[in-house]
Amino acid sequence: MAAAEIDVKYVAHLARLTLSAEEEQKLSSQLGNILDYIEKLKEADVAGVEPTAHAFPLVNVTRPDETRPSMAGEEALRNAPATAGGLFIVPKIVE
Amino acid sequence: MHQLTISELTSRIVRRDVSAREAIQACLDRIQRVDGQIHAFLSCDPADALAQADAVDRALAAGDGAARQLLGVPVAIKDVIAVKGHRLSCGSKILGNFISPYNATVIEKLKSAGAIVFGRLNMDEFAMGSSTENSAFGATRNPWDTTRIPGGSSGGSAASVAAGECIASLGSDTGGSIRQPAALCGVVGLKPTYGRVSRYGLVAFASSLDQIGPFARSVRDAALMLEVLGGVDSRDSTSVPRPVPHYSTGLTGDIKGLKIGLAKEYMIGGLDPEVKQTVDAAVRQLESLGAEILDVSLPHTDYAVATYYIIATAEASANLARFDGVRYGRRVDGGDPIEMYGRTRGAGFGPEVKRRIILGTYVLSSGYHDAFYLRAQKVRTLIRNDFLKAFETVDAIVTPTTPTAAFKIGEKSDDPLQMYLSDIFTISCNLAGICGISIPCGFTGNASPRLPIGLQLLGKPFGEEAILKIAHAYEQSTGWHDQTPPLGN
Repeated sequence: MAAAEIDVKYVAHLARLTLSAEEEQKLSSQLGNILDYIEKLKEADVAGVEPTAHAFPLVNVTRPDETRPSMAGEEALRNAPATAGGLFIVPKIVE
Repeated sequence: MHQLTISELTSRIVRRDVSAREAIQACLDRIQRVDGQIHAFLSCDPADALAQADAVDRALAAGDGAARQLLGVPVAIKDVIAVKGHRLSCGSKILGNFISPYNATVIEKLKSAGAIVFGRLNMDEFAMGSSTENSAFGATRNPWDTTRIPGGSSGGSAASVAAGECIASLGSDTGGSIRQPAALCGVVGLKPTYGRVSRYGLVAFASSLDQIGPFARSVRDAALMLEVLGGVDSRDSTSVPRPVPHYSTGLTGDIKGLKIGLAKEYMIGGLDPEVKQTVDAAVRQLESLGAEILDVSLPHTDYAVATYYIIATAEASANLARFDGVRYGRRVDGGDPIEMYGRTRGAGFGPEVKRRIILGTYVLSSGYHDAFYLRAQKVRTLIRNDFLKAFETVDAIVTPTTPTAAFKIGEKSDDPLQMYLSDIFTISCNLAGICGISIPCGFTGNASPRLPIGLQLLGKPFGEEAILKIAHAYEQSTGWHDQTPPLGN
């Protein structure tokens, strides 16, 4: 888990983020420094400590299952880069 | 008129000494005169602002609405909060010409309270940064010294209030993004307890840490704003169903017998000697007002920045997955959807956002999740427990808001880790889910022009009443908040 091991190209693919070669190189060295710093968490004694996902957990926040007014279709599509027939258009996924 | 507080302005409007139109016009004129020097606003729609003010004036003339808490008060909005029909960019190119199709809950609340909601305030892209240099639309400058940064990520929100371009503003705070710029611009900035204010309509950065809060010129104004903004909302399931206290009536100036903790872990190396002196003097002032100062310990403080940059980036990498060129914003075409996502995001996001998405994706990825993310969540528990334990003996904790006064534009922009470390005193508050406020407590003496220094008061979960009361008593006994920047007219 040494900092040098971060494979920026692979992680960028996981994140669906196309990077230039220069960006990959720069990120690699900057993230190396940041990961070195983050390593200090290994010193903390976390034996038997429960993780906190949320500072103020509320559970089972529910509301009645009732039909309510919602955004009109054309409003929801208004900011889309490409639409047709009330739908979002994306590149072809299957042959 | 642009230097009035909320209560001064609303009482004049109710008496009809001034109209809501005159109030917003004074702000618009001020923006015209000074915003070229500081670039706090990304955009502003004067016609819409004037129309809202005219509606307030017409209602008053008809005998309606005089009791509204923010009657005619011009409130400007960070570009991360949705205002129906207006642009929303989060300081990013990726949203293109996005127009918000609905209002955030806080916007509805401000409008029902009679506020004039206007303008889009500059910010670090997706609220990621501490200087507002990460905006895709150019940096904001500090009104006290335009060669320096205003802080971030809500730099525009802090600078606009300091410069008299609005009476109050909204920002968001994930690791200090309200308190740090408030400190560096010499205004009041309040981060409410997680769950106090609805996040509906706030573009998510790190959902377990984000809160919306006010910037204002006085503690009373911040209290009045929180009275309007707070409360449970069925559209944000993390908002907490607790009554919203009448914060402003608790501002009596009497803090005798209140216990305030001083954490030794916050008086560290790296803390500028002038900031330390100023904060030491503020602590003595609190003591002279009758507060009891006690030493407290927050032993896991040193882990806060590392913990934060794991949790916040992990949550951000998930939240920002939605910007993929399908449903809104810019799109860069590709041969298949995967290529389109990658190209769109590669072209649309700036360097800091990319850095955090990569870091966040990495700490969540297979093989590293337990070592980084799960461990950080456990350390978060330790940090939260430190605070809960300290709050068993004290009503609030006092700290510097930042280790130094405002730094120069460009000084830290090539060193992300140094930039992250500038948030060292504000980050724990979000991890612990408590509340915090920054108020002006003096100025640097050596530099010219002089620069504001901020005092941070941290409070228990839902302990806003105590920190507002202490902050108000301090403010009224010192008057630092009345100082205004030497911005050319």
